[in-house]
Formats: sequence, C-alpha cells, structure tokens
Amino acid sequence: MMLALLTLWLLSVLIFLGGHLLPGNVGRAMLGPLADQAAVDVLNHEMGTDRPLLVQYLDWIAGFLTGDLGQSYAYRSPVAPFLMTALLNSAKLAAVAFVLVVPLGILGGVVAALYRGRAADRILSVVGLSATVVPEFVSGIVLILIFGIWLRWFPISATWVDGAGPLTQLYHLILPAIPLVLILFGYIARMARAGMIEALDADYTRTAVLKGLSYPKVIWRHVLRNALLPTISVIATQTVYLIGGLVVIEILFHYQGIGSLIYTAAKKKDFPMLQAGVMSIGALFALTTFLADLLYARLNPRIRFGGRE
Amino acid sequence: MTDALSFDNLGVAYRVKGKMRQVLDGVSLSIAKGEAYGLVGESGCGKSTTAFAALRYLPRNGSVNRGRILIDGQDIGLLSPTDLRHLRQFKVSMIYQDPGRALNPSLPIGRQVAEVFELAGVPRAEWPARTHDILAKVQISDPALVMQRYPHQLSGGMQQRVAIAMAIASNPTLLVLDEPTTGLDATVEAEVLDLIQHLRHELSTAILFISHNLAVIARMCDRVGVLYAGRLVEEARTEEIFRNPRHPYTAGLLRCLPQAGRSKDKAMLATIPGFLPGPGTKITGCVFAPRCALADQTCRTVEPELLRTDDRASKCHYPDRINELDHISNAAPVAAAVRNSKTILQVDGLAKSFGSGTQRQRVLRDVGLELRAGETLGLVGESGSGKTTLARCILGLLQPDQGSSLRFAGEALAGTTALRSRHQVKSIQIVFQNPDSALNRAHTVYRMLSRTIGHLVGLRGAAREARIKSLASAVRLTERHLSAVPSQLSGGLKQRVAIARAFASDPQVLICDEPTSALDVSVQAAILNLLAELQATKQVSYILISHDLGVVRYLSDRIAVMYLGQMLEIGPAEAVFSGPHHPYTAALLSSVPTLDGASTERVKLTGALPSTANLPKGCVFHTRCPRKIPGLCDHDAPPQVKLADGHVLMCHLAPEELPAADRNIPPTITLP
Repeated sequence: MMLALLTLWLLSVLIFLGGHLLPGNVGRAMLGPLADQAAVDVLNHEMGTDRPLLVQYLDWIAGFLTGDLGQSYAYRSPVAPFLMTALLNSAKLAAVAFVLVVPLGILGGVVAALYRGRAADRILSVVGLSATVVPEFVSGIVLILIFGIWLRWFPISATWVDGAGPLTQLYHLILPAIPLVLILFGYIARMARAGMIEALDADYTRTAVLKGLSYPKVIWRHVLRNALLPTISVIATQTVYLIGGLVVIEILFHYQGIGSLIYTAAKKKDFPMLQAGVMSIGALFALTTFLADLLYARLNPRIRFGGRE
Repeated sequence: MTDALSFDNLGVAYRVKGKMRQVLDGVSLSIAKGEAYGLVGESGCGKSTTAFAALRYLPRNGSVNRGRILIDGQDIGLLSPTDLRHLRQFKVSMIYQDPGRALNPSLPIGRQVAEVFELAGVPRAEWPARTHDILAKVQISDPALVMQRYPHQLSGGMQQRVAIAMAIASNPTLLVLDEPTTGLDATVEAEVLDLIQHLRHELSTAILFISHNLAVIARMCDRVGVLYAGRLVEEARTEEIFRNPRHPYTAGLLRCLPQAGRSKDKAMLATIPGFLPGPGTKITGCVFAPRCALADQTCRTVEPELLRTDDRASKCHYPDRINELDHISNAAPVAAAVRNSKTILQVDGLAKSFGSGTQRQRVLRDVGLELRAGETLGLVGESGSGKTTLARCILGLLQPDQGSSLRFAGEALAGTTALRSRHQVKSIQIVFQNPDSALNRAHTVYRMLSRTIGHLVGLRGAAREARIKSLASAVRLTERHLSAVPSQLSGGLKQRVAIARAFASDPQVLICDEPTSALDVSVQAAILNLLAELQATKQVSYILISHDLGVVRYLSDRIAVMYLGQMLEIGPAEAVFSGPHHPYTAALLSSVPTLDGASTERVKLTGALPSTANLPKGCVFHTRCPRKIPGLCDHDAPPQVKLADGHVLMCHLAPEELPAADRNIPPTITLP
C-alpha cells in the first residue's frame, strides 16, 4: 500500500514536470502567435502559470488531494466533470472488453492445456499470439471496414445518441471492444495455459486421479483453482492496460473516453486536464493491483493464513 | 485365494525422442492378500514405474508393452475408464514421497479426505463423522481441528498421516507405498512406519512397499524383491535375503552400507563399480555382469533365468557362489587423518534469532563447539534444530547475534564473509546436499573449477590449469568429465564436482550439509570413501550434517546433538552412540530401523517440535522427554553433565540414570 502511494507520488512529479518542461508557454499557446505579449502575460498571471514551478506543483497537488482537479485551460471550466464522464465512458468500453476476454482467455488456456501438444493447443497458441501482435489500430480499421462499412452490422462510431439505453450502448461498444479482446486474449490464454499445465502435472492432481475421481471433477475441484491463481495477477495488470491503452481505439471510434481526453488535452497543452487524466489512470492502476492482491490472497490459503501455524 | 497383485512377465517402455526404451523387462511377482512386499534397488532401476504400472498410471510416454497386471485376479489392462476409476476407488491406493505436494494446497484437509467417502457413495451427512474417524485412525490427535486446516499448516509427518488416511479410507485390497518416509526426519519416519505397520495388521491390506532404504524395507516387509535395470534379479523372504543374499547385486547393496564398528579409520566402504545401464540399452548375457566380481564368459553371453527354488528366486548363474564375495569391505583406508589437539575453529555463545518482539524466532541459543584440525564433527538433530543455521553462521552467510564469538585458527572471525579476510573465506567451504541445484547448469565442470580457483586462489594460466587437473584427479574425475555440463553427469559425479570445487581453495574447514542424502547407497559409499580419503591426505576438518546416523557414525570422530537451537550433547562418536547419552539422543537412535528387522522397544517422542518463537522453560526438551522430572525439568535449565573424554551433555538426570543402549546403528548384517 505504501509502495503504491509512493509510486503515485512519483508519477505526479513526473507528469507535472513533463508538462511544464515541454517547450511552449501556456498563455501563448492559448492565445495564438499573433496575440499581444501583454495579453499573454495577463493570462499567464490569471492562471498562475507564471509562478515558480514548486509553488505551482504544491498548489496543484494540494488541490488534487482535496478533490479540486483544477481548471481546464482549453474549456475554461473545472476539469472534474469532463474527467468523470470520460472515465465512465472508458469504464463501459473496458467492461465490455473485459467481460468478453477474461472467460474467453481462460477457456482458451484451459483447452490448450488439456490438449497439450495436440492440434487444439497449437491452433490456440498461434491464433493467440498472432492476435496479440496485431496493433489495435490495424485490427480496428479492418473491423470498421468489414463490419461497419462493408457489412454494416455495427456502427462505426462508438458514441451513441444522448439518452440511449444500455443495449444501444452495448451495441455501439462491441466493435471497439474487439481489438482490445484480440490483444489481451493471447496474454491471458498463455498464463492460464501455463498455470493449468503446472497444476495438471502436480502431485495433488495425481492424488485426485488415483482416488478414482472422474476427470471433470479432477479438473474442476483440484486443478482449476490452483491453476488460475497466477492468471489473476496478469488479468489485473491487463485491466489497467484496457483503460490506459484505449487512446487509439477511442480516437479511431470517436469515443469520448479517458484516452481521447488525454490525447486532446496533450494536443491543446491543456495541462490540468492532462495531469488529472494521467493521475487518474495511475490511481486506477494502483487500485486494481491492490484489489487483485486481495483477491489472490482470498483464494490462496497459504497467503490468507500467513505461513505455517 | 487370488493374489492381491500379480505382475505376469511385465514389460514397460517409455517413448523417448521417438524411440521405445524398455524400463521394465519381464518382471513377474505376486503379492498375496495381506502380505507386505518390498521392492528395492537403486534409482533408475524401475521401482516407481512398477508402482505406477500397478495403478495403470504411467506417464504419457509410457506404456505396458508386454505381460499383464492382475489386481485381485482382474487384468487391469482390460478395464474400461469407468472400471479403472472403480478400481482406484475401492481396490488400490497409493502413498508417495513428499506428502506436502500430494495434497491440494487450496482445499481444507477435511474436504480432501471426505472426497473418498463421496466416491464410495457415503451419504453427505456422514462425511464429517467418517472423516473425523479416519483421521483419528491414523493417530491424529485433534481431527476436528486438522479437518479445517490447509496442508501448508501441517508438519510433514501430519501431512503424510493425512495422505495415509485418504489411502486407507476405502479399505483397499492393495496399498502401494513409494518411498513414503523419504525426506521425513528419523523420529517422524519411525512414527509413520509404526502407523503403517499397525494399520496393516488391522486392515489386512496387501502392501507393495518401495524404498531405497534397505533397513526400512527390512522392518516393514514379509518378502523382498530386488530390481536391477528393470529386471527382478532376486526375491526371497526378508530375513533370508538380508542374511543370505543369492544375487551379487543384493550382496553389493548390503555391502555398501556403513556398519557399526567400522568407522573411516578401520576400513573403506565397499562400492559397486561401474554404472547402471541406461534404459533401452541392448544387453547380451546377464545385466549385472559388467559390475559383478563373479562374472565369467557364461555371464557375459547367456542371460540367466530367474530360477525359483523353494520360496526364493535368483536371476544369477552362480547363486551359490555369493558367499565367495566379501560381504563387507576389508579394504583398509588409504591413510588415517592425523588428528592433533590444535583447535581450528572455536565457537562460543553463538546465538542467532530472526524477527523481533513476540515473533522473534530464536533459532540458535548459546551454541559452543570446538573443531580440531583433521577431525570430523557430526551434527545431528531433527529438522528445525538449527543445524543448517549453525553451518551458515560459521560460513559467514548469516550474521550471528551480538555477543557470539567465532574464532578461526586463533583469530576472531567476523560475522559475514564481507568482513572476513580472503584467507578466512578460502579456508571455510561447504558441500551442499543437492549437487543439482548447487552447480551452474550452463557451465562445464572445467569452467566451474577454473572460476572458483580464479576467484578464491587467484591463480592464472598454467598454474590454474595444473590446479584444475590435480583437483579433478583427487576426486577421480577424468578429462572427459571436465568438458561436461552437470546434466550430462550422474548424481554421484555431480557431487564429486561439488567436492572438487569446495577443495579448490584448500580449505581447512569443510561443512558437508547432507552430502549423500540425495544419492544411492553404492554412490554414497564412494562419496564417503572420497571424503575420508581427502581428509586423510589434506588434513581438513569436517562438520558433517546428516540425518543418516549410519553415515554420521562412519565419518565422525565426535558428534554433537542439537535440539531447538541448543547443543544437548557433544562427545566422541562411539561414546555418544554407546551411551550413556542424553534422552533425546536415545530417542533419535532408537528411531532408526535396523536391518535385522528385530523390533527393539522404541523410545517414543510425544508431541511436536515446539516453536522457536516460544521456547519451553527449563530444559528445552522437557515437553517431549520420556524421562522428564516434573517440577524440575520444566523449571530449571539443566546442568552440564561431564562424562569421560570430553563427553558433555545437558540433563538433570545423574550420569548413572542416563539411558544407555547401543543399538546396531548402522545395522550390522549377520553373516552365515
């Protein structure tokens, strides 16, 4: 937990410095190259961007901790509502991808392990790896071309009309979720396969078979739980990727998520927005890792009870 | 009556790299109902394959390619998957080595045991009661508590009890035990063997008992079969086979064991020269001929039949000539080490603790010892007694607590290697238990020795080259071995490499941590001979850590007995063995099974080893001591009792009250 907080603090410093060390002046960037220098100075003074960096940092971080995420330079209004909407949208997209990929990945890994070395295993390995190495903008474009433009099964934009129901939203999200599923499937399946193989070869599995348990029961009771423990950690880190790595997908599908928010903020030098966006992803990372550790401990008696008694 | 198990000309082959390699070749044996049959042989002989074949659980690349396996008259090769499950549910159970891994780490014990009743069709409501009963039957004192526990919360002995409970719950016709006590402490091993013996009489289950430990087999079994290179070479009643072997291999195995009264100063241990043929090797004549002292032209060309006479069998052309072989080695040691009174290593008030507060584990307390030049100090005690921690403190791998004093050759020795002089680091070296993990898999033997010499001795060029050659020849490695990587070497050769490496810097103190426990008896004998020889020629002192009291007695001049981080007894090896000795030493000694199968009354230790975070008051051993004096032992720390020849022990009993019973450890073979 301490480590997570330390990481977050370091991240905040890096983002802050990164934003401010980039060439360019905020006021100038907002007012354009033709504006009067005096006007630029006034704007910089209003926004406080002419103060020393340390003061600006402390001011920002203090605000951040008390829930004030600052004012967007570009929209001249508080950052928080934009961020919340974007996070919610991204969460929806990530959730769709997650719900699709986790069962598929685990199933793929389990099947591959059960048919180790045979055709099913090889096919799953090759498919998983190939899907993983295709960048999401390539698969995204191909999907848009085939299912959006050619077959017209799905909308090419992920943004739905205001007030659309959950099903409509889901309908819009399926196509953008698929490239994410493709990328993550390989990782999860490989981890699940490795865990399964280890558990299948373990002595306790032999014990279960020699008790005379039926094969499905051996797998279900003795193999799966031990096999999938390591996979949980992988899924946790990948969940964060789902949220952080959405940039390309969100741009491609015109979706107002955290990815496109950060992208736009960076383009417009909208530092408060950018910092808040990156910090929230960092916080999410820490949170999911923490939750995954809790879940891991919950499922693993060796950690739950803390060693031999 | 049908036999519980019978192998009829059984052949098993493994497919390795596309080739079939025969691992079992024409094995025929049968085990009557209620009989205990022991199977011995060195690793690679096919013992475990035999065990798994009996349950039709061979590895994926293995298959029965000849003969039949009958369990209770039923050919198990013909069973459908459902019938096979049925067989495993009701007729055959198996218990194997390393019980910690045999139990599912994420299910409570109760759940795992209850599964057996579920399979037997017992109504769900009765599972808890039945589970409770069966755990009580394997002498678990608090079954209700244990049922809620997870495997990692139990000790090795308890885990094996649980595994046994699961195996006997269905009251099987046949119980297959594959090295069930290997890796357990001597005291725990004795308890588990007692339990199996007891259950066997109660349940009248037939047993196939597989072990590399001849004494364990002698104690447990009615009949014994000896496997060599996948063939049954001898079979006889237990008392017959050990007293009067009819196959040179059996005789050889017996001869390799260290024996009481034959220490390193008196005679070298016998070995079996040569190596086991690899699986699938084409063999003409007798498989054992290349390693046999009796072999002649007939043996090398004609394969002997397994000849059955009376109730025994031998696959040898000359079963009556075995007596021509020496049953024990009479080879005199190369030279005896010159022991002088010069103290090389002096340890005083050594303490080591881990953690702090209530969690503080006091692993070593006030340990004092003295090691003289050229002598061997044997270190014995159950696991958790602090033997290895002591070794690591001496090596400088662990920093001892404040106030501990270590002196080497009269000079103070710093707590860690970083603060020791190069000479001191060079002078104290170690040989580990498992050469597999102690050697870098990617390096050749030459490179390992060369690096060690470069680092520790600082030799370069031709001098280094010469040094490598002399080291290799000292441990009998040839030129060919120098260019090999560890995976190309057998266990014994790997241990030789580890020994060569330890000797690279000409150490004066060598710590041997279970140097032979991963090795077969014939290889063990060769390594022990080598250690004795190197000690004699190089005048090095050993600290020998081993749970095998036979090994300790053979190699040690003095023995220290440790319990919960304290030295309970230290003295000359013979005196410690023959007594009078500490009650704990007596218990340790009596837990070792003897080869003559004679069941002497065992000193039983009750209860588990207390935690080092919460050491017992008074004498640390009082919670388990059969001779405890209430009100004294649990209150006052015991005084030092000084016997003759620097034999010292910590006990409240007067010297004449101390137990004294020299059992034949290591076991003696009575010869015809």
